[in-house]
Amino acid sequence: MLRKIRIVVSVTLFALITLYFLDFAGFMPQGFHSLTKIQIIPALLALNIDVLVGLLILTLLFGRVYCSSICPMGIYQDIVNRLSKRFQKKKRFKFSKAQTVLRWSVVSVTLIAFLFGFTFLLGLLDPYSAFGRMTVHVLKPAYLAGNNLLESIFTQFGSNTFYKMGVYVASVSSLVIALVTLLTIGYLAWINGRIYCNTICPVGTVLGFVSRYSLFKIRIDENLCNSCGLCGRKCKASCIDTKSHEIDYSRCINCFDCLEVCSQNAMKFTYPAQKPIQHNANGIDESKRRFMMAVGVAGLAATQVFADSKLIKTSKKQAKRTTAISPPGSTSADHLLDKCTSCHLCVSKCPSNVIKPAFTEYGLGGIMQPMLSFEKGFCNYDCTICSDVCPSGALLPLTLEQKHVTQMGQVQFIIENCIVHTDGTSCGACSEHCPTQAVSMIPYKNDLTIPHINTEICVGCGGCEYVCPTMPYKAIYVEGIANHNIIEIKKEKVEEIKVDDFGF
Amino acid sequence: MDRRNFLKALALTGATLTIKQSGAVTLMTQHFNAASAPAANAYDLVAVMGGEPVAMFRKGIAEMGGMAKFVKKGYKVVVKPNIGWDKKPELAGDTNPDLVAEIIRQCIKAGAKEVIVFDHTCDDWRKCYANSGIEAAAKAAGAKVLPAHEESYYRTVSLPKGKNLKSAKIHEAILDSDVWINVPVLKNHGGAKMSISMKNHMGIVWDRGFFHSHDLQQCIADICTLEKAAVLNVVDAYRLIKTNGPRGKSEADVVLSKGLFISQDIVAVDTAATSFFNQVRDMPLESVGHIAKAQAHNLGTMDIDKLNVKKIKM
Repeated sequence: MLRKIRIVVSVTLFALITLYFLDFAGFMPQGFHSLTKIQIIPALLALNIDVLVGLLILTLLFGRVYCSSICPMGIYQDIVNRLSKRFQKKKRFKFSKAQTVLRWSVVSVTLIAFLFGFTFLLGLLDPYSAFGRMTVHVLKPAYLAGNNLLESIFTQFGSNTFYKMGVYVASVSSLVIALVTLLTIGYLAWINGRIYCNTICPVGTVLGFVSRYSLFKIRIDENLCNSCGLCGRKCKASCIDTKSHEIDYSRCINCFDCLEVCSQNAMKFTYPAQKPIQHNANGIDESKRRFMMAVGVAGLAATQVFADSKLIKTSKKQAKRTTAISPPGSTSADHLLDKCTSCHLCVSKCPSNVIKPAFTEYGLGGIMQPMLSFEKGFCNYDCTICSDVCPSGALLPLTLEQKHVTQMGQVQFIIENCIVHTDGTSCGACSEHCPTQAVSMIPYKNDLTIPHINTEICVGCGGCEYVCPTMPYKAIYVEGIANHNIIEIKKEKVEEIKVDDFGF
Repeated sequence: MDRRNFLKALALTGATLTIKQSGAVTLMTQHFNAASAPAANAYDLVAVMGGEPVAMFRKGIAEMGGMAKFVKKGYKVVVKPNIGWDKKPELAGDTNPDLVAEIIRQCIKAGAKEVIVFDHTCDDWRKCYANSGIEAAAKAAGAKVLPAHEESYYRTVSLPKGKNLKSAKIHEAILDSDVWINVPVLKNHGGAKMSISMKNHMGIVWDRGFFHSHDLQQCIADICTLEKAAVLNVVDAYRLIKTNGPRGKSEADVVLSKGLFISQDIVAVDTAATSFFNQVRDMPLESVGHIAKAQAHNLGTMDIDKLNVKKIKM
């Protein structure tokens, strides 16, 4: 029963979160982004206390339920594992020793890197974010292609229910990382179940530690057990030592598979009964873990203090834009780099395809972090989707009014490239797209108008840069700024104008 | 049949064939075909003022001879408004949704088999379609609203009479239609000076960047040489953008001018609308380069005094 509940819950959550990532048409209500906000690393970075306390209580009560049913990467591995059984009918798992040193080393290295402002590693290993990238970069193109196929079929029959979507690679580096993640974790899951969760995943390691103290656990009733070893062979976490009747709770992910297979009813998910079974690891290990945990908690707190004092690290490259433009709500590249785990939900949700994973534009630590890029579109003035959906607080929510006065970058004009100057013909495409008229058209020779820029009221949306027709170099572009600014837009008086005649 | 008669017949057939080849004449025949029973008092241009969009259009189209003159039974019709910007109707960035809906209803009443609405937008098309109010209004009126955000919706058409623009990718809905109705909104434009009927053609083409980089004013005139010209141009001047167009910043850029202009002559209707606009803000006709360039292409006349114009004040 428990196993069935687990499967129903996890498959539902997995389907919803995956669809939410893929959904470009907006058929899923915005509210579904809460599925990403209950993910542990984003919640930790956003200091989303409610979620953290909730997950902690959940774990202290029932163990690693997060890993079995909430974490999409965990469920992905279960799906792969299930598929593998179709091909390996006699697939058996075997108890293995816990990789305690490796696990805590990964946690420490990730933490230290994070403390030194290298969030990249945390983002790389965080199972939710890694899953997000897999979905956005590998699955979504397939989803869009499927949509386009349906579109062509439906259009053939005169229905315009579907519309075409462009399929393209948002970022090669992120695609490669996503693909490697997908294949590596998939391969590990195929051969031996939840290896990633129990050797690499820092979330798994920490939750595994917490769940050692959880109230409800899977317990073996040695009186009923006939030592058939079936539970151990079915355990995809390889954590049941059937010889000694011991379960390594730091690795048990509460899949309840063992409960279902035990013919003797010897496996129970219970509250500690008359005789709580204590199979502690040795004391040295325990203290080591406590120490690590303390370091972790202290470290996380410290980052918040450090956060504002760091300097921006931008890499100089030959392109004109020397500072990457961080998305709306990020307040600064620093803030972004501290908080973002690169789940790429914003990349997927941006209706204008403006958010793209960076390569080294933010420096090495900023690989995969979202930045604005105006090849496919420009940032819609009246849109706040990215900051609405961000689960980690890297993009802080903006109201429409706040968005309208948020400056993410500043317009730069190169008159030598401008059509009006070089060809002596009209254009005005840049000004046409400018929501604040930071780019306006002023009189030029021969009845022509030429762009004039006012960086003070520029929001950095990139409409001008996107639409500027000059090649190969644009005549107008947006330069990033280290810290976002608040601009002041003067309210204009509405004058009553009456038109009484035709004028001809 | 003697030799002379045979040669005469041959020459006549040949002459007819050459006429058929000419775009301008095709355009005219199209119009005459549409106007199979021209009304006695058929006007070249109808200008209406002082009413609500729907009422003004009803008056105007009646004076033009009624929608049935342009849309025949079983026609596939495209109504092409300006839906370029993610703006609510009050900001006049897009064509008035009530007007669009009324045109659709009249097309259907005239027997149109299908009415399609689309625009190649500047802002995200889904937001433009929704927030302009046009998608909802058009669907309610019985039209199909099609996307235009992907290149694959467009087909290349050559423009032999174009000067700079020799070919363009045109939305397939226009190419597959029997007739299309051009419904721009009257706006100031930072580059082209004015955005009216001719400028609205940039919403039926894919590669607008080419226009901007190859003399915008010339390309706007060139695209209007498209053989499949709009059967009607209905200029929505209920609200106009006087400054900071074509997008506009705020209400301060908008004037409630309550005007409407209808004509088959795209040059005449843009001339009339510019003169109307000129009352709000100085806009000499000569500065709106594409109008004279279109006249040079023989697409119509700027000399509206010579036309049969009907002016109605409501």
